[in-house]
Amino acid sequence: MIVADKKPVEEIIDYVTDCKNILVLGCNECVTVCEAGGKKEVEVLASTLRMCFLNQGTEVSIDEITLERQCDHEYLEEIRDVADRYDAIISLACGVGVQFMAEKYHSVPIYPGVNTCFLGATEKRGLWTERCQACGNCMLAITGGICPVSRCAKRILNGPCGGSSNGKCEINKDLDCAWQLIIDRLKALDRLEDYEKICSIKDWSTDRAGGPRKVVREDVQS
Amino acid sequence: MSVKTPSKLEKILSSGNLAVTSECGPPRGSDPKAVTKKAEMIKDYVDAVNITDNQTSVTRMSSLAACIHLKLMGVEPILQMVTRDRNRIAIQSDILGAASFDIFNMLCLSGDHQSFGDCPQGQNVHDLDSMQLLQTVHLMRDEGKFLGGADIKRPPQMFVGAAANPFADPFEIRVPRLAKKIASGAEFIQTQCIYNVDKFEEWMKQVCDRGLHEKVYILAGVTPLKSVGMAKFMKNRVPGMDVPDDIVKRMADTPKEKQPEEGINICVETIERLKSVEGVKGFHIMAIEWEEKVPGIVERAGLYPRPEIGAEN
Amino acid sequence: MRLQYPANVKIIRLPCTGKIDLIHILRAFEKGADGVYVVGCLEGGCHYIGGNLRARKRVEQARKILDLTGIGGERVQMYNLSASDGPLFVQYAIEMNEKILELGPNPIKLKKDAAA
Repeated sequence: MIVADKKPVEEIIDYVTDCKNILVLGCNECVTVCEAGGKKEVEVLASTLRMCFLNQGTEVSIDEITLERQCDHEYLEEIRDVADRYDAIISLACGVGVQFMAEKYHSVPIYPGVNTCFLGATEKRGLWTERCQACGNCMLAITGGICPVSRCAKRILNGPCGGSSNGKCEINKDLDCAWQLIIDRLKALDRLEDYEKICSIKDWSTDRAGGPRKVVREDVQS
Repeated sequence: MSVKTPSKLEKILSSGNLAVTSECGPPRGSDPKAVTKKAEMIKDYVDAVNITDNQTSVTRMSSLAACIHLKLMGVEPILQMVTRDRNRIAIQSDILGAASFDIFNMLCLSGDHQSFGDCPQGQNVHDLDSMQLLQTVHLMRDEGKFLGGADIKRPPQMFVGAAANPFADPFEIRVPRLAKKIASGAEFIQTQCIYNVDKFEEWMKQVCDRGLHEKVYILAGVTPLKSVGMAKFMKNRVPGMDVPDDIVKRMADTPKEKQPEEGINICVETIERLKSVEGVKGFHIMAIEWEEKVPGIVERAGLYPRPEIGAEN
Repeated sequence: MRLQYPANVKIIRLPCTGKIDLIHILRAFEKGADGVYVVGCLEGGCHYIGGNLRARKRVEQARKILDLTGIGGERVQMYNLSASDGPLFVQYAIEMNEKILELGPNPIKLKKDAAA
């Protein structure tokens, strides 16, 4: 899923400081799972903003809505009739949702309520870690199911580098060396001979480096 | 191994002489004398001089520019290049730039992570890694082609090397990793500083068992310790460095004012011992900001005078 | 025991302090409460293992938000006691009541009243 983290409330207050009608808009998908932008976080942020404004003696109306998703047209349409009432919408969706909202509703400023961090997994409640950088050309088949692109600090495809120490990365002792994990995994699969296959120069054109990307599937288009 | 380039280092190695290389770190400024002064001190005692490339990710004068200063004073440079700061375009471009000054040696590295340096917020490029850089230099030299497939007019003639760390983890792939570097085109290897000679010998034995010592020239890396503090720092703080307790103890048991001398004694003894290790074809003496001690170490280790083999120009 | 505690404490009963959510505390302040304190079982003694520990974390979260909004984080407090310890319950009620009296009314309430 897409992992996000809450933005400091001070920063959000700065965006909406002169607004009178505000909508806090949550998303029921990834940001709900990582507890950054679901219904609960919408309630808490709205309440916090209300108290801030009340304490400043300013009259501000703050509404709360949480959509099923903010990355799909049909769900965004659900607020079509009310969107114009607001002079600011704070979207607690990931960067995708914030942008899709902004593309759809031109007259209202949309502000991000979270920092979108990475594609990751929930290791346990309160701990999310990165697993994928969406390079667009998955190589997990040859690296034993462990991704050096997202999990090696140097993104090295023929690792480990000289900084691997006791299975940990040189930049942080709490960080596993992705290549140690790969080697361990290849060994467990009895495929260590695959380690000696030299990984060729990667085509990064399917990555962010190749410019904004799209997936086109004419077979499923209507 | 047949000679493929005009490199003096390659000629010395192929003639069967023990080669001696050293290194100079470029300055955090633009004064060329900071480079030429260091090179002047050591030039008659070594066959070639590595110029580090923004080592430890701290911004310095470019390695290529410093190599050119050496070349112009008649010293044979080894251009170090890391893949951290350049994409494949800049890499090929810098290789051509170096070739235009007839720089004949290159060491291919990935480089320390930028979080250690003075720009921790910078992007790292790593478009290629060190093995892919080795392959790139070979493609340019042997096929006369760019990565994009086009022909190069006057291709570079680089003797290409790589680094190897016999002490890093996991130990079991140290030799396979060397094999990959050789398969990628490494013709010479400069190793991480050796303090744990026993472990190095174990690694070299595995290297020889696989016959890799016949495919690559291995230069054993040594760094004289200046003090017990440096020994402890290297032991505890430098990733992938193996400084045995008895070396630290020997430094600690030496009075402070005699420690630099003792560090050099250890270095000379290490070289003496490594000379008899099968597969060791030379030495890479990294006297970090202590270049003035290199001539003494070379003389005491019986590696002076250097053979008279000139580079072609 | 028939012990007396301050009359301006309004008790909201929960099956476990673990049931309390951050938003419950915030809403109380939004609506004008001058203080909120949560009284849970002794740490380590939760019938549901960790309910009172969760409550403590939520009280901490509320405290941060109240500081940020200028209402004052010291208006929210977590207490732990044994379920049978009536005298300590009274002592905490008196202590909290005195603290809130010292801090004065919730500033939001004052501003709402002034606007009305």
